[in-house]
Amino acid sequence: MFYREAGQFKTSYASDQAIFPILQDKIGIAIILAIAYLVIPLLGGSFFLASVMIPFLILSLASIGLNILTGYTGLVSLGTAAFMGVGAYACYKLSTFWPGVNIIVWIVVAGFFSAAVGVLFGLPSLRIKGFYLAVATLAAQFFLQWFFARVPWLYNHNPSGAIEVPKHTLFDIAITGPQATPTARYFVVLSIVVAMTWFASNLVHGRIGRMWMAVRDMDIAAQLMGIRLLDAKLMAFAVSSFYAGVAGAMMVFLWLGAAEPEAFNINESFLLLFMVIIGGLGSLIGSFMGAALIHILPIILRALPAALGLTIGSATVEHLTFMVTGALIIFFLIVEPHGLARLWQIGKQKLRVWPFPY
Amino acid sequence: MDILYKIFIDPFVQMGAAPDLLVQSLWEGLVGGMLYALIALGFVLIFKASGVFNFAQGIMMVFAALTLVGLYEKLTGAGLASAGVAAYLALAATILVMYVLAVGVERIVLRPLVNQPDIILFMATFGLTYFLIGFGELVFGGNSKVMIAEQLGLPKGSVSLEMLGGFVSMQKIDIAAAVIASIMVAGLAVFFQKTRIGRALRAVADDHQAALSVGISLNQIWVIVWFTAGIVALATGIMWGARSEVSFALGTIALKALPVLVLGGFTSVPGAIVGGLIIGIGEKLGEFYWGPLVGGGIESWLAYFIALGFLLFRPQGLFGDKIIERI
Repeated sequence: MFYREAGQFKTSYASDQAIFPILQDKIGIAIILAIAYLVIPLLGGSFFLASVMIPFLILSLASIGLNILTGYTGLVSLGTAAFMGVGAYACYKLSTFWPGVNIIVWIVVAGFFSAAVGVLFGLPSLRIKGFYLAVATLAAQFFLQWFFARVPWLYNHNPSGAIEVPKHTLFDIAITGPQATPTARYFVVLSIVVAMTWFASNLVHGRIGRMWMAVRDMDIAAQLMGIRLLDAKLMAFAVSSFYAGVAGAMMVFLWLGAAEPEAFNINESFLLLFMVIIGGLGSLIGSFMGAALIHILPIILRALPAALGLTIGSATVEHLTFMVTGALIIFFLIVEPHGLARLWQIGKQKLRVWPFPY
Repeated sequence: MDILYKIFIDPFVQMGAAPDLLVQSLWEGLVGGMLYALIALGFVLIFKASGVFNFAQGIMMVFAALTLVGLYEKLTGAGLASAGVAAYLALAATILVMYVLAVGVERIVLRPLVNQPDIILFMATFGLTYFLIGFGELVFGGNSKVMIAEQLGLPKGSVSLEMLGGFVSMQKIDIAAAVIASIMVAGLAVFFQKTRIGRALRAVADDHQAALSVGISLNQIWVIVWFTAGIVALATGIMWGARSEVSFALGTIALKALPVLVLGGFTSVPGAIVGGLIIGIGEKLGEFYWGPLVGGGIESWLAYFIALGFLLFRPQGLFGDKIIERI
């Protein structure tokens, strides 16, 4: 009733293959963008922008990267955080060498460095499959983390071992460094995430995305159909690491402001994998939902006891948060193993047939 | 040329010059590898019987050790029993806790998720990991604890052996660990080969449906397997805990069991043991002889590269079932 394609006729292949083929989708996405660009910056306080929205968007982008690899191509990766680190360190070094160039250019270029490293560690994927491959990416995770800590050149011989972000501007407005307001950073992050999500959406709906999905479903069959496994898998690694790298650079430059190698540790990789699986494998909107759930849930859980007027020690709250997060992960997997994206699909179907049950 | 010399010749010259140091690092690698092998063993048990890639095995180890120490502290703190008795009481209680955990996991996690893809089950064990960390710290406190090795009657101190023109020192607890690990592996082998339940377990590992059709209860088998893995985790936890301290930071070390697993193959018990020893010895020697070349600390990733090297030649691991792909 509310969401129905009846009467919307397509007259060309191009319109049939559009990302948003239905009018309601176009309206929906316009509303979401309007909320993101207008309502949230106006109504959200600086705490909300800085510690909820910015991290959520950046983590969503990293999850999209991982989803391309794990959800669309079926290659399990436990090293996403390390690839994010490559992006962050590459961006840091580039912006020290050429501080005059706009930082957004370097954030995107850093993604290419990350992509190159990703391809290198993706090479074993041609021979190793399934969980065995997870170990190859774990090798990347631990090696790169060690590398970030051991090579002083990477952090400009800073005695604290951390990378610290200086002030950079866009149209004379500070967007990184301590002077940047959360609102300015939010707009930059939002714009990059929207642009890259749009790009990813085009990618996964096109020939390349179909190639990846064929490889995911059965790689030998895909090979017999004439898909080159080498190209498909390495491209998935490259694109996935590119997204992770950009997300990593944004994480350091637009969210944290400074980072140590520990910021890219294995737990971060696991959290990203959670986001992808809870959100839904092979779904871009799922990446956003998963990131929202995994990032915002602990924030709510931490604030909950105080809001309810209970006095619980902060350590206890931390432990309870862990417990509840774990229990909720199991709960979500049992209730909907295909992730939140499936719930979204079911909801759309309900809207389509409303007011009838089916 | 100099760097090649340092990589390919120097370490071996050092090994020849000081064979006692070589033996020392071999021994340390052996002990470390054995503990990796034990974690991997608990994992293989579960993977064979239920096809679950149990990420929580490392955390189960810490949880078991923490429960043991925590219960011991509670018992002695309440003045209920003397130190020696309390230790064994705590041990018995921990075994009970591991049984309850096994039943709980089977009922709450595995049963509703039967027939889901591997990665979903893998993620569920992630959830379990988080839950166990939170629960363990909530009940027993987040600070690290000292393992009650002495109270359990494990030996303390070290022995020095004179050999090869030098001394090799061994911690007695490591020797005890080696003995206990060997006994446990032998015990598991007997359990698998000679008992009725063991036969049922092997049947389930071979083919779930065939096992079901001859009247083996899968649910029961899963409880037994998770309980066995819990016991293995407890033994491993006691030994790891005695070497360092008991805290959830140990869980990261448990990740080293992953390269061990892929090296040996997910489904092979001997593979887990051989893989553990290769990884343990390999990373100790690597750290000791080649580590200084790059500034040390290579222990954190060397294991994964060793496993990767083996995998490139045998994608299913050394002893894993051959991967046959059909269209």
